[in-house]
Amino acid sequence: MDTDMVEPNIREKVAFIPIDEIDVARPSLFQKDTVGLFFERLRREEPVHYCRESYVGPYWSITKFDDIMAVDTNHKVFSSEAKLGGIAIEDMHSAKSALELEMFIAMDPPKHNQQRKAVTGAVAPSNLLLLEPTIRERACQILDDLPVGEDIDWVDKVSVELTTMTLATLFDFPWEERRKLTRWSDVTTAAPETGIVASYEARRAELIECAMYFKGLWEQRINAEPKNDLISMMAHSPATRDMPFLEFLGNLLLLIVGGNDTTRNSISGGVLALNQNPDAYLKLNNDPGLITSMVPEIIRWQTPLTHMRRTALQDWEIGGKKIRKGDKVVMWYLSGNRDETVIDRADEFIIDRKNPRHHLSFGYGIHRCMGNRLAELQLRIIWEEIHKRFAKIEVTGEPERLFSNLVRGITKLPVRLHAR
Amino acid sequence: MVKVTFVSSDGTRRAVDIAEGETAREAALFNDVPGIDGDCGGVCACATCHVFVDPAWIDKVGRLAEGAAEADLLQFAEGANEYSRLACQIPIEPLMEGLILHVPEQQY
Repeated sequence: MDTDMVEPNIREKVAFIPIDEIDVARPSLFQKDTVGLFFERLRREEPVHYCRESYVGPYWSITKFDDIMAVDTNHKVFSSEAKLGGIAIEDMHSAKSALELEMFIAMDPPKHNQQRKAVTGAVAPSNLLLLEPTIRERACQILDDLPVGEDIDWVDKVSVELTTMTLATLFDFPWEERRKLTRWSDVTTAAPETGIVASYEARRAELIECAMYFKGLWEQRINAEPKNDLISMMAHSPATRDMPFLEFLGNLLLLIVGGNDTTRNSISGGVLALNQNPDAYLKLNNDPGLITSMVPEIIRWQTPLTHMRRTALQDWEIGGKKIRKGDKVVMWYLSGNRDETVIDRADEFIIDRKNPRHHLSFGYGIHRCMGNRLAELQLRIIWEEIHKRFAKIEVTGEPERLFSNLVRGITKLPVRLHAR
Repeated sequence: MVKVTFVSSDGTRRAVDIAEGETAREAALFNDVPGIDGDCGGVCACATCHVFVDPAWIDKVGRLAEGAAEADLLQFAEGANEYSRLACQIPIEPLMEGLILHVPEQQY
């Protein structure tokens, strides 16, 4: 029997489990949203914690804000290299992984820097200014089509739709087939236990289909004049145009996952947070100017990627613990974002925080999220347009969460809309 | 106190006073100068306090050191050039009295 099911006793259980036996890698803890209790204890008693045994092998958990910052900015000691395991708690090139994908998020300098520079322009602020009217127009269309007073699933109808449309815009992807992007994004991060794919073989087959599709788009763009979409940029940039195919595919999937799951779950997470905090919702309705500071607060609150992982290239000490060369080091952003010693009233959702962007959700250092301004832009637009139309988005049932220790996902959020 | 002037992308000039030993990032944030975000808290980890040092001042402030963390971050910043620095990495000294820093249109 899975002891996690004994929900009423969970607080007691967390308080008494020997600290050595805590394993925060279990995806069920995230699905039930109880992992925060474990992080709270680790931050208090053993902020740099070693787990000897887990389904992903031994690993270090870094749970406090400043320690996470120290690891994230020290890329010379803490490597992202895929061949050493990459950036997630589950090794990238393990037997289970789908393809030997190569992506710049899982590379160290100098290769990381060249490839990132080649695509960063697509989501740089000046390009976003050009994209804003299109994203807004599409957001308006989505919201105008929603039925008022009926039960709908906010995730499917709004969060997925908006992020998919934005991605399709960024890639200049065939419009009618844009949900393929959503599917590929889900498949990339999915293990069979999630129910998204039937097996690792099935996942591999779908990713190959994705690869072939993008190969077609690539050939089309490379034979055309350079444009401002990501595929065209990659096809024409000297840093990326001669990329081996699996590297091209890896980087594309990186941009798809980076721009899809994360923003999607922040859009859903914001609705949930406002429902759980009615005072904040009231405040927002009285002053929509607060959207500017609410957006980064939503991103902190949701922490759509729970962690990033590194591999130590040499022995190193953090928080009094000796990390050995080759050790797996997991920076739990979700925990650091609740660290009371750095973030005032960290357990509260406060939409008018003084310093709302001081959170870990985008990471720090050279791997800091490249799309952070695009994410904020999408959230700001959707909330501005929601405010014009609806007095309230009322959550009418229990949210369902993703079985994943990496993507902090909300898979279903039943809501009813109230007209303004 | 040392006087530092921030020039925004539309040409607006804001002169502020900042105590010696504070950084140019603090000079902006303590005085609500728009256009400097400083998300990471001033520890050279995010590149959202990007400024262009006025060319007349670059020798006193110092250029970006190759291979330093600051240069690693600034290579991804939009519009970065030879006068780019992160404001959090510019400690204010008395010899900087009258320093002029240009603020980019947007931080990234």
